[in-house]
Amino acid sequence: MSVPGAWYLGLAAMLFTIGGVGLLIRRNVLIMFMCVELMLNAVNLTFVTYARMMNDIGGQVVVFFVLVVAAAEVVVGLAIIVSIFRRRADATADDISLLRG
Amino acid sequence: MDWVVFVVAAAACLAGALGVVLASHPVHSALMLVMTLFGVAVLFVAQEAHFLAAVQVIVYAGAIVVLFLFVIMLLGVDRTENVRAERLPGQRPIAYLAGAGVIAGIFLLARTAWVSGAESVAGVADGPGSNVEKVARSLFTRYLLAFEMTSVLLVIAVVGAVVLARHSPSGGVHGSEES
Repeated sequence: MSVPGAWYLGLAAMLFTIGGVGLLIRRNVLIMFMCVELMLNAVNLTFVTYARMMNDIGGQVVVFFVLVVAAAEVVVGLAIIVSIFRRRADATADDISLLRG
Repeated sequence: MDWVVFVVAAAACLAGALGVVLASHPVHSALMLVMTLFGVAVLFVAQEAHFLAAVQVIVYAGAIVVLFLFVIMLLGVDRTENVRAERLPGQRPIAYLAGAGVIAGIFLLARTAWVSGAESVAGVADGPGSNVEKVARSLFTRYLLAFEMTSVLLVIAVVGAVVLARHSPSGGVHGSEES
């Protein structure tokens, strides 16, 4: 354990912030989705770092579950994007403002 | 040596993350995302999470990014976008302020302590045995119910994706406005 865990946690915080800011400033829904993946990865890194710092395998198991949920989320999200694209050929989040079915 | 690995992987992570946000082309963003995911996988290996590093590369870089690229190519949105354009007034400065606030808050709160609480509640992470064995032992004993429920979640996700992306030509709920 030569690199202290705090460095990993700081890196994870920066990754999370970059993902969050990207989610706010980009309007292409696919790239917004990638930013969500970035944030999930930052949290995964935090979990693994705490698993090492606390000497607890539970953190790594939680990361496994996060991976499964992320996979499910991507599948459903991309299906929604495909279904939006089928109506209107546009990938801009600002234009998808109608709630009419 | 550990520091070298950490610095290189962290630089790759941060560069990839910035690339995802700043690239104007969706395909470039997806490739930058792969770089970040590989960097995180290296950091997993550096922290003895070997199983998760393998899963990270296979599931994220192998499956999820390929899915992203597949959708980008399928929908034909592989054209550049003007990143600088701003439609909602004040959206970008507020986003930067929020990001700065988040990171400043995290680092200010972290000045006291990064870690506290009981250790090794769900099982030790080091000691004899491989990492895969320890993850599996915890997953199939203590977290067995949650593990079984993830299979239900995956089935629901697959069914939901099929229903959402289904092409219903007879004017069903989905795709009724397209013609």
